Amino acid sequence: MRSGNSCRAALTEDWQSGGFGIYIHWPFCESKCPYCDFNSHVAAEIDESRWVRAYLQELDRYAALVPDRLLTSVYFGGGTPSLMAPDTVATVMERIRHIWPVRNDFEVTLEANPGSVEAGRFRGYEQAGVNRVSMGVQALNDDALRRLGRLHSVKEALSAFDVARNQFDRVSFDLIYARQGQALAEWETELKQALNLAVDHLSLYQLTIEPGTAFGDRYDRGRLSGLPDEDLSADMYQATQTLCEDAGFSAYEVSNHARTGSESRHNLIYWRYGDYVGIGPGAHGRVTIGGDRFATETPLIPNAWLDMADAGNGESLCRTLARQDQAEEFLMMGLRLRDGVDLDRYARLRGEPVDAHVLVHLEEIGMILREGQTVKVTEGGRMVLNAVIREFLSG
Amino acid sequence: MTELSHIRNFSIVAHIDHGKSTLADRLIQLTGTVAERDMKEQLLDAMDIERERGITIKANTVRIEYPARDGQTYVLNLIDTPGHVDFAYEVSRSMRAVEGSLLVVDATQGVEAQTLANVYTAIEADHEIVPVLNKIDLPAAEPDRVREQIEDVIGIDASDAVEISAKTGLGIPDVLEAIVTRLPPPHGGDPDAPLKAMLVDSKYDQYLGVICIVRIIDGTLKKGDRIRMMKTGGTYDVDDVGVYRPAMTHVAALGPGEIGYLNASIKQVRDTRVGDTITHEKRPCATPLPGFKPSVPVVFCGLFPVDANEFEDLRDAIEKLALNDASFTYEMETSAALGFGFRCGFLGLLHLEVVRDRLEREYGIELITTAPSVIYHLYHRDGTRQDLHNPADMPDMSLVDHIEEPRIKATILVPDDYLGDVLKLCQERRGIQLDLTYVGGRAMTVYDLPLNEVVFDFYDRLKSVTKGYASFDYEMIGYREDNLVKMSILVNDEPVDALAMMVHRDRAEMRGRAMCEKLKELIPRHMFKIPIQAAIGAKVIARETLSAMRKDVTAKCYGGDATRKKKLLDKQKAGKKKMRQFGKVEIPQEAFISALKMDG
Ligand SMILES: Nc1nc2c(ncn2[C@@H]2O[C@H](COP(=O)(O)OP(=O)(O)OP(=O)(O)O)[C@@H](O)[C@H]2O)c(=O)[nH]1
Ligand SMILES: C[S@@+](CC[C@H](N)C(=O)[O-])C[C@H]1O[C@@H](n2cnc3c(N)ncnc32)[C@H](O)[C@@H]1O
Ligand code: SF4
Ligand SMILES: [Mg+2]
Repeated sequence: MRSGNSCRAALTEDWQSGGFGIYIHWPFCESKCPYCDFNSHVAAEIDESRWVRAYLQELDRYAALVPDRLLTSVYFGGGTPSLMAPDTVATVMERIRHIWPVRNDFEVTLEANPGSVEAGRFRGYEQAGVNRVSMGVQALNDDALRRLGRLHSVKEALSAFDVARNQFDRVSFDLIYARQGQALAEWETELKQALNLAVDHLSLYQLTIEPGTAFGDRYDRGRLSGLPDEDLSADMYQATQTLCEDAGFSAYEVSNHARTGSESRHNLIYWRYGDYVGIGPGAHGRVTIGGDRFATETPLIPNAWLDMADAGNGESLCRTLARQDQAEEFLMMGLRLRDGVDLDRYARLRGEPVDAHVLVHLEEIGMILREGQTVKVTEGGRMVLNAVIREFLSG
Repeated sequence: MTELSHIRNFSIVAHIDHGKSTLADRLIQLTGTVAERDMKEQLLDAMDIERERGITIKANTVRIEYPARDGQTYVLNLIDTPGHVDFAYEVSRSMRAVEGSLLVVDATQGVEAQTLANVYTAIEADHEIVPVLNKIDLPAAEPDRVREQIEDVIGIDASDAVEISAKTGLGIPDVLEAIVTRLPPPHGGDPDAPLKAMLVDSKYDQYLGVICIVRIIDGTLKKGDRIRMMKTGGTYDVDDVGVYRPAMTHVAALGPGEIGYLNASIKQVRDTRVGDTITHEKRPCATPLPGFKPSVPVVFCGLFPVDANEFEDLRDAIEKLALNDASFTYEMETSAALGFGFRCGFLGLLHLEVVRDRLEREYGIELITTAPSVIYHLYHRDGTRQDLHNPADMPDMSLVDHIEEPRIKATILVPDDYLGDVLKLCQERRGIQLDLTYVGGRAMTVYDLPLNEVVFDFYDRLKSVTKGYASFDYEMIGYREDNLVKMSILVNDEPVDALAMMVHRDRAEMRGRAMCEKLKELIPRHMFKIPIQAAIGAKVIARETLSAMRKDVTAKCYGGDATRKKKLLDKQKAGKKKMRQFGKVEIPQEAFISALKMDG
């Protein structure tokens, strides 16, 4: 009886190790990038007032489900949220502040596309409460930008970045590397340039060929040439780690680099397996209510989501996660972090500890390090993290 | 019952794919045995696996009625036989039940290895042979050349060979007429004599139990008779007798010269022995028929469930399959690497594949198949002999005086252009040439070859070096001593018993290298590097290193990805279940067979 209670209590509070955030998805872009599998659509006309109404309705619904929480962060992601009217952002933020108390270091991030940056708009976002911008620069090479289907040039990206930097203390930008035909030395040069520009945060993603995208189709037809092989991709990754480390931007996550203290608090919620509310088409959530953790999903089609939100509930799916699923998700997300995971937390979630044989084996082959109850992946382990995680999954 | 003079019994024989089953279709169709709407191609190939592969595996009997040009109606019992060499046994025993054969030759291909083999079997069985030239609808058909070839190579008169197209139906009436006029009726049998019937075949029917195919020599067989199998001694009450048209059709009685089935509540095919003589319990015949030489499995391999928990299911499935196929053998086997499974014996590699396919498909069990092997005779220093079915059971070499291996006589027919490649292949496989002649524009070579060099991929290799133009047939000729050793394979320094094999000492390095290279391709990269070695005893003779994987990590993974990425990893993990764990290394199931395929 007692153990039952305390275990339920443990599950009730588990999310607190990760914090509580709100993700707002804006699903529109000016054009669709050929590599991108985010839920983004190109629309001729957008009735923004409908979107505001739907966001607010959903916020109110969650207000009732998870009241009295101290809010860590809000993230406007997309799509291209920098296409949202500053007023829209302001109204949403107002409602959020009205519902939930926020932490002192409350973080509000907005993703921006360099093609849609104007100083005036950015001032509006700041006034709405945004205090961090993440910009999709993608490449510092015009040729590469074209191949990636981007509408902006390097010059435009840099001036957009200037605008953002003038408006916000915290600015991050994204680059995609391991691109078609990219040589190691070329990337090193580009990365050094990026590190000179960087303020406090950088996301560096190796190009991933996602099924269902234009690149994915081309790849399947054998028409996407010049992608790096495993060795080059590994070399590029290693070089990236070294250069960033030397510049004071160590990798706190597989693809994310920050000066100490400037990590993305919102993204850390995902990796630390906290609770997050997902609002908007295609947004996912993890929300603990009572002793249960729910996984929520919403429809991908913008209008379908609007209709459902209007009708009172934007979720297309809401399922309780079994303890094993929670424990495995926690591990899968957490091992991405430099700081690793707490085995005790895993055991509390799962109801039993991690298989000791797996730990011993992975340690023997140099994939993980153990410090007390903390497990971290080594540099080598991080490069083959999927294989490391597979070892832990019960399958 | 039909008068003897109005009965003709014959088998349809040919090299694989020359059109036996299609000819059977036309004979069935033209005599109106099956309603037009129920007709389909290769009607008699009823098993899924036969239809899928487009080949005949089991011989089938059909009774048709033919009103001949002489105004009389004849009862014809035809047996459609398989063409593949693995099932040669089906052909030879079918022939024992009939008096004549239609020898079908594809007029675009000519005489092939099984054409020859079938003719010899037919001659041994004292058959009247009617040559039939098929596929003359095809532009590439050369009936005159093939007729000449038949005379040159086989030495039988082909001047009145019937030219047909089994596909279009051209010439089929002539075939029917030739059957009646050129094949003999059954030799004298007495309907009132004590019953003497040949058990030609037995098969298992899910609802009826064992069905026996019988040929009546003397006497009469009816429902209600109490019969005795003279060899096995079993006695049974006959529940039903009938004929295949090709559906099972009850008849009042079967008399001399007739072929039909009997059903007597026999539980297992194994309770019957094909070739046995069936007689009446009360009034037995004096002398039994000579019987058939039993079929012997020549190729052995281990079958293990991929999922070790499915062993009992596998046992069940193998027992059920064995109900219907008495020609494969099985016994339990344990492997350090693969756990519990069965060591099974087969008539050949195709037979192995067929059985494995059926186990996987009809019973839903995923299997690991180990290297096919043959039976070696080990002569110990103390004078005893051990039959080694499994290289893993090889005793310490110091106990063994010498080893003998089975040899075959292989006959290969091939167009001259490819002869060089064929000779090279046979030489590589330790063959000794026995004969080389040119017949009908083609080379025929006969080799004495070790069976173990043939069981695995010889046929594939032969096909590829001759672009499919060679044909191949073989028979066992006995055992001979040679310098054979056991080669072990070590993966990450641990021996994998299921990969061990017997090889000739002179070929060991080459095979060892090929195996290591193949395994290096087949085993996925792990998080650490893996040495792969071949060894004889403690001596390593080949070595490869599989390098560690360098990069496998998802670049971006945020809130929305948790579900998706986890599913992906779960799926990959499930994929790993199809592999077997050896120490720290996972080996995919197909590696056990694929590792043996040699490219060169
Ligand atoms: N063009 C043409 N094709 C034919 C003729 N007879 C058979 N075939 C084709 O040849 C192939 C083999 O025919 P089958 O009747 O299955 O040959 P089989 O001798 O019974 O083969 P196995 O039982 O496997 O030895 C099939 O694709 C038939 O359609 C013919 O007269 N003309
Ligand atoms: C939602 S987008 C960012 C905001 C904005 N829509 C833009 O593109 O500028 C998130 C980031 O994921 C990265 N990304 C998207 N698809 C990717 C892929 N297939 N491979 C690697 N990185 C990718 C890009 O760097 C992109 O900036
Ligand atoms: S990468 Fe950004 S801009 Fe391009 S389609 Fe995806 S979300 Fe839209
Ligand atoms: Mg056939």
